[in-house]
Amino acid sequence: MENKYLEDLKEIKEMMSKSSRFISLSGWSGVAAGVTALAGLYAVDQVLSRENARLLYYSGEGLSEPQFMLVCIAACTIVVAAGAAIFFTTQKAKIENQPIWDAQSRRLTINLLIPLITGGIFSLMLLSKGNLEFVMPTTLIFYGLALVNASRYTLHEIRSLGILEIIIGLCAMQWLEVSHYLWGLGFGILHIAYGIYIRIKYKQ
Amino acid sequence: MKDLLNNLDKAFENRIRLGIMSALMVNDYLDFNALKNLLGVTDGNLASHLKALEAASYIEFKKEFLDRKPNTKYSATKAGREAFKKHIQAIEQLLK
Repeated sequence: MENKYLEDLKEIKEMMSKSSRFISLSGWSGVAAGVTALAGLYAVDQVLSRENARLLYYSGEGLSEPQFMLVCIAACTIVVAAGAAIFFTTQKAKIENQPIWDAQSRRLTINLLIPLITGGIFSLMLLSKGNLEFVMPTTLIFYGLALVNASRYTLHEIRSLGILEIIIGLCAMQWLEVSHYLWGLGFGILHIAYGIYIRIKYKQ
Repeated sequence: MKDLLNNLDKAFENRIRLGIMSALMVNDYLDFNALKNLLGVTDGNLASHLKALEAASYIEFKKEFLDRKPNTKYSATKAGREAFKKHIQAIEQLLK
């Protein structure tokens, strides 16, 4: 009889977590996003080394050509990284026979997007006002806040990932001269590390 | 021992009813299809268990129309939440 109640408790915990959290997050999503971020950073470095880096910080009317290229690289990186993350997670949900767009994933998406879109708009404002150097710390900090906000609705690990992103973002703001290495650490290395960890821990 | 068993709620003896209640404890409301997907049961099976919980006034429902399709939202009542907490406490006591 004791066994029945132990099973009952297990069922209660499982239903509570399954009904409120989106748990089909794929570890490959993190790895793919990390690799994409590193590739994007490499492309940015190429532009920066080719152009006179100081030119980039000139705050004039509109965007200079290298600035425009940087925005394009950033946009491509976001699209590829988000696309890969969505693709692997959709695959995962399909294998587990879980609905991909249900109350849980909707809540996760909404809570992730509110800080994320705010950060995106804020970064574009920085860019349009010529404060290019603050964009990397800003994206790290808002992304971290988005993860912390969304972590209630998915795997617990996302919360600590978010906190680390915020810390790295603040460091990048303090030490602007190394901010793009820190950006690579936050968006590249950390994503890959967490992706591998989730794959090992949840076998997903 | 006998007292402990009395504290267990008959309404939650069944695994599916227990599952419905667990899900409704952590969600403001869930609709019929969400519950069906969560528990992996048939329409008829789920409906009968929902009816049982409703008869005990542990859950309540609200009918709405979404794109002209009826949509029923279920939520736990105050009595249901208290009964569920008492049931879990009884299980924990029993396992001590």
